Amino acid sequence: MDIALRAVMGRFGRLLAAFTILISIFGAPILSQASAAQTDGSALIITGTVKNEKKPVEGVEFRITGNGIDEIATSNSEGKWLLEVQKKGIYQVEILLESLPKGVGLRDPEANIREANLTVTNTAAVLFPLGKDTRVIQPIGDQIIIRLFAGLNLGLLLAVAAIGISLIFGTTGLNNFAHGEMVTFGALFTWLFHVELKLPLLVAAAITIVLSAGFGWLQDSALWKPLRKRRLGLNQIMIVSIGLSIMLRQLYILFFQGDTKVLSSEYELVVLGPINTTSSSLVSMGLSVVALAFVAWFLTRTRIGKAARAVSDNASLAAATGINVERIIRIVWVMAGALTGLAGILYGLQFQANYLLGAQILLLLFAAVTLGGLGKALGATVGAMIIGFVVELSALFIPIDLKYAAALIILIVVLLVRPQGVLGKKQRIG
Amino acid sequence: MDILNILKLALGEMLSPTTITFVLCALGLAVHFGFTGLLNFGQAAFAAVGAYGMVISIDTLKLPLFLAVLMGLLCSIIFALILGIPTLRLRADYLAIVTIATAEVFRYFMTTIGFSKVTGGSNGLSQFGAEFWALNPIPEGNYNFGFVSYRADQLYVFMVGWGAVIIGALILRLLMRSPWGRVLKGIREDEDAVRSLGKNVFFYKLQALMIGGVFASIGGMIFVLNLSNVQPQVWTTNFTFTIWSVLLLGGAATILGPIAGGMIFIALISITQGIMGGLVELGLLPFLTQPDIAQIRLLLIGLSLMLLVIFRPQGLFGNKRETQFNV
Repeated sequence: MDIALRAVMGRFGRLLAAFTILISIFGAPILSQASAAQTDGSALIITGTVKNEKKPVEGVEFRITGNGIDEIATSNSEGKWLLEVQKKGIYQVEILLESLPKGVGLRDPEANIREANLTVTNTAAVLFPLGKDTRVIQPIGDQIIIRLFAGLNLGLLLAVAAIGISLIFGTTGLNNFAHGEMVTFGALFTWLFHVELKLPLLVAAAITIVLSAGFGWLQDSALWKPLRKRRLGLNQIMIVSIGLSIMLRQLYILFFQGDTKVLSSEYELVVLGPINTTSSSLVSMGLSVVALAFVAWFLTRTRIGKAARAVSDNASLAAATGINVERIIRIVWVMAGALTGLAGILYGLQFQANYLLGAQILLLLFAAVTLGGLGKALGATVGAMIIGFVVELSALFIPIDLKYAAALIILIVVLLVRPQGVLGKKQRIG
Repeated sequence: MDILNILKLALGEMLSPTTITFVLCALGLAVHFGFTGLLNFGQAAFAAVGAYGMVISIDTLKLPLFLAVLMGLLCSIIFALILGIPTLRLRADYLAIVTIATAEVFRYFMTTIGFSKVTGGSNGLSQFGAEFWALNPIPEGNYNFGFVSYRADQLYVFMVGWGAVIIGALILRLLMRSPWGRVLKGIREDEDAVRSLGKNVFFYKLQALMIGGVFASIGGMIFVLNLSNVQPQVWTTNFTFTIWSVLLLGGAATILGPIAGGMIFIALISITQGIMGGLVELGLLPFLTQPDIAQIRLLLIGLSLMLLVIFRPQGLFGNKRETQFNV
């Protein structure tokens, strides 16, 4: 959770924002307590909560200096610490790294001093996001197991999201750059129904999937089908999809604001050997496998699925054998919408959601689809698993903020040596 | 709502250094896409490579400005080689994905803490402008031109930037009317036909990628020199697609197109934003707030990209016969 969250948010420097939201939810009691203290006097309070992997950390020391004071505050069993000061002004808060438990460190090792601004308000919350201490080296075997697990998790999520791209490319030839926004759609609407409208998670997810399928239908009927009718070139349609993606992203900001949403905070920690994971991650992985198995069954065993593969293979030939190509494309869009919405829900539940979520993983999805061979649904799954493992395992060797770059470099390298992808048929590509 | 003020702002933005950057990048993209038919979705990276190449040469290698600019251009050419040699043999949509991926990879490398000693990490670099500003020949003070006025330093950037645009456009005009330019257009129309004439298509594409990249790099340099800082989060895919909008508005296979397109595009967006801001102020758009208006800008870029491609692929100044998207 912690590592993955960093992966998603760190890239845009939103880590702190995300964490502040997390803490503001978990740390709400301390803030209300502080404001209670403030009403009976006019005490000025510097406070904060230290948590690692959602568990409070006791005995962490903070040195608060400025405006003539130099004092130490220590976190209690709930991870809370607090210091009353007399003067308004700006204080420096330093976390004393020696007081942290073994194996725990700052997420941003350079940010061990932060400011507490008491010029306007009476309380200032100072937060030091904690994470695994990067200085402590775990046994390499454990590290690999942890990374493999994280890679499996990410790979499965990417696979569910990538199948849609692959199906759409297969049947229509379109590289849909607005696909990431379909992932975001799933995550944000689940948040809307579950967190804002207080519906049970399963109901919220079900409504979201129906809406996502509807979104796919709407996109095809209102935009892509008319464009195909106009005989617009594929590259032109691709640029239209880019425009659509930019537009949708801005609409999401307008309707959902730009902050990071927490979809669910109800989960249990599960420990499997060296792996710390959550029940929601395990459920999400299970659901991904079910969804992938369903797609595999659908494509190979049902009439419509077989027809979809026929259209992918050769649309004119499929039409000549009596397959209604436009109808198949519509079904593919609806299915892609539903699957991608599901991916968004699962992604959002594990890594939080904001308007950029889909845009952030879009290139990984393209990498997965291209790796597997454009237009092959099974290939997309294999490609997504490879990308998932590469992203997570690469973090063992290279700085963690470059792990997405590793996946994209793999994509570029694969295109050089095997442009048709791992499972793709050899064909003329240039 | 102050219409005059909105128009003034739009006029200011039309000639601003940001517009200059977009125009130069769009001229480069015109070479890539308009004349050669390459779907380059990583134009932001070319601008960034030029900018970072120059800034790091000044900041780390302590080179004088002139040499640093040359270094920036050299970096851009090397970048074009690295990008082009593997990808130019691929199908157009593969090229699109690889260029956009490379642009993101470059941005990751400029952001990572690992290289922050040289690149400044996510904070970027800002200590490099002294020599550029010292070369300003215009005496201090304010200069009035009718109803707009410029400070000496603004006028200086303005001269350097638009000077680069004019010289660049003239060079491009000569290039595109030369036999070399005709081969490029031939590649755009029918690659195999050009190949059958014994031309090395790959080599021509590589040259086009380099020349277009150099234009973008100059744009990137002007952008960072004007701000006196370079930050990695500027060079996103949104930057690239704003350039695409500019190019497609003006007309992809023209030289006037990117220039006029850039000015018109920026002005239109500024005016729309101004008018919407005014309407919000008057309470006529109750569902929007003032900060939302900033989001409208990108929304309009996305929308115009879609509408242009669907309804007017040749842009304002282009020739419909010259808009072969399928290469």
